[in-house]
Amino acid sequence: MTATTLTTGPRATAPVPAAARPGVGDTFALVGRSLRHSTRQLDTVLISVLLPVMLLLMFVYVFGGAIDSTGRYVDFVVPGIILLTSGYGAAGTAVDVATDATGGIVDRFRSMPIRPTGVLTGHVAASLAKNAISTALVIGVALLVGFRGDASAGAWVAALGLVALWVLALTWVAVAIGLVASGPEAASGFTFAILFLPYVSSAFVAPATMPAVLETIAGYNPVTPVTDTVRGLLLGMPVSTGTWVAALAWCVGILVVGRAAAALLFRRAT
Amino acid sequence: MTENVVVARGLRKAYGDLTVLDGVDLDVGRGEVLALLGPNGAGKTTTVRILSTLLRPDGGTASVAGHDVVHEPGAVRAAISLTGQYAAVDELLTGEENLRLMARLAHLPRTSIRARVAELLTLFDLEDAARRVVKTYSGGMRRRLDLAAGLLARPQVVFLDEPTTGLDPRSRNGLWDVIRGVVADGATVLLTTQYLEEADRLAGTVAVIDHGRVIARGTPAELKQTVGSAHVELAVAGGGVERIATDGSVPDVRRILADVERRGIAVDRWAVRTPTLDDVFLELTGSAPDTPAVGQTRDSAPDADVDPSPVLVTTREPR
Repeated sequence: MTATTLTTGPRATAPVPAAARPGVGDTFALVGRSLRHSTRQLDTVLISVLLPVMLLLMFVYVFGGAIDSTGRYVDFVVPGIILLTSGYGAAGTAVDVATDATGGIVDRFRSMPIRPTGVLTGHVAASLAKNAISTALVIGVALLVGFRGDASAGAWVAALGLVALWVLALTWVAVAIGLVASGPEAASGFTFAILFLPYVSSAFVAPATMPAVLETIAGYNPVTPVTDTVRGLLLGMPVSTGTWVAALAWCVGILVVGRAAAALLFRRAT
Repeated sequence: MTENVVVARGLRKAYGDLTVLDGVDLDVGRGEVLALLGPNGAGKTTTVRILSTLLRPDGGTASVAGHDVVHEPGAVRAAISLTGQYAAVDELLTGEENLRLMARLAHLPRTSIRARVAELLTLFDLEDAARRVVKTYSGGMRRRLDLAAGLLARPQVVFLDEPTTGLDPRSRNGLWDVIRGVVADGATVLLTTQYLEEADRLAGTVAVIDHGRVIARGTPAELKQTVGSAHVELAVAGGGVERIATDGSVPDVRRILADVERRGIAVDRWAVRTPTLDDVFLELTGSAPDTPAVGQTRDSAPDADVDPSPVLVTTREPR
């Protein structure tokens, strides 16, 4: 009988919780948890890198010649691929959040003396970290297949900063989607929606070559100004004020809406 | 007089037209084990979710460890642990990583985390599996880990919401041992169950809940007394069962059996039966609980302390 062995001495010797109040340490612990998840789901992480790399190779070597016979299509398409990579990675957060929300673990976190939204912050921070790695890998492959930007260090920083903001915004939307989804499978549908978003934008081909209806849609697609800004920065081309302001406005707007929706849904989830 | 650690008064909760709680009153004294017993949909889980600050009541008040659950949820959370119907553990982490994460979130001093985690892994018989990802655990192991996670910070009040639902009999027995250990350690336990046997085995006090109201409260023995005394049950040869009331004493049973023999009644089998919580349930709610009855559960459970062919069944083993 384990009943007797369980008695572990007087309760006075029990470790006393250091603080009943939520602290920054909670968030760090939860970020660590989410990052550890990635190491346990290497297949998912691998796909989030391999898929964009495959698309990159396909666009450069299969379609590239037909789209742009000058052979510099690679420079045009890489910024689009970077956006696709980061968007796809961010969207994967929906699956992680849905897994948490449908299991009992969120209830456990809620009944603990922590700020319960820390679990969401953990997923968001992990998403940023994962996407930094996958984006770096995709850029590495891009350089190998001949991508030659003409950007100053400052322009690189600005471009990557915008990509990070894009990831942050999409991740919060993914969190909200994960909270409304009935389960991880349903949430994974969101990753496909995000995966197809760049096709009707300036990511792979200039919208001017599209039929009028699609060109109009592409004009309103947030991917278009974000890609144009990143492309301009990386290729050392001028970016019009209207374009980068639109890119920033879209990112901040999506971020604010996504975050508010996530907070609201999380509170209502029980 | 013992101080009440859990106090609920007139708790109400409704979802639209569906009234789930219709004025629940509860008192649980320090160190007491109270079983909230009721069928599915009686309001057990809702009560626990309100007491553990996960749900706001529509009406009524409740306090846990001296703190109001609505106005001081932080203080309540620091004093409780909740183990729900679904093991609230992280499937992708190992058992040890789960406990370390929960220990950090429970704000244990960092220096004591390693020792406390190792201690609980040992006590819950999870040492060998500590470095395995929880995804590979059996149902019983998950529940044990779940319970261990809740006990890291030695909460004053432990809520167990149907802790053994869905477990096989052997895992259930193992978990019962663990829960008894928690009680021996001095915690106040409020457990919900739809298994009458579980309430009987673990709890000092049973509160029967039905349709959102507590309809009876007492020790298992007291509740059984409300449905009458023990009786001698005779399976008469050729069919039919006869019941003769008895006080359960040796002279009285001997007198009854002698009387049966003198009257020349052929008896296949006989036993002394005391009322079960099953009978209590039937009496109080007017319907049998839609869960396995005590007798059925016991038949399937390889309990070491249950004689498979009882000639004389009196009360359960002493606790």
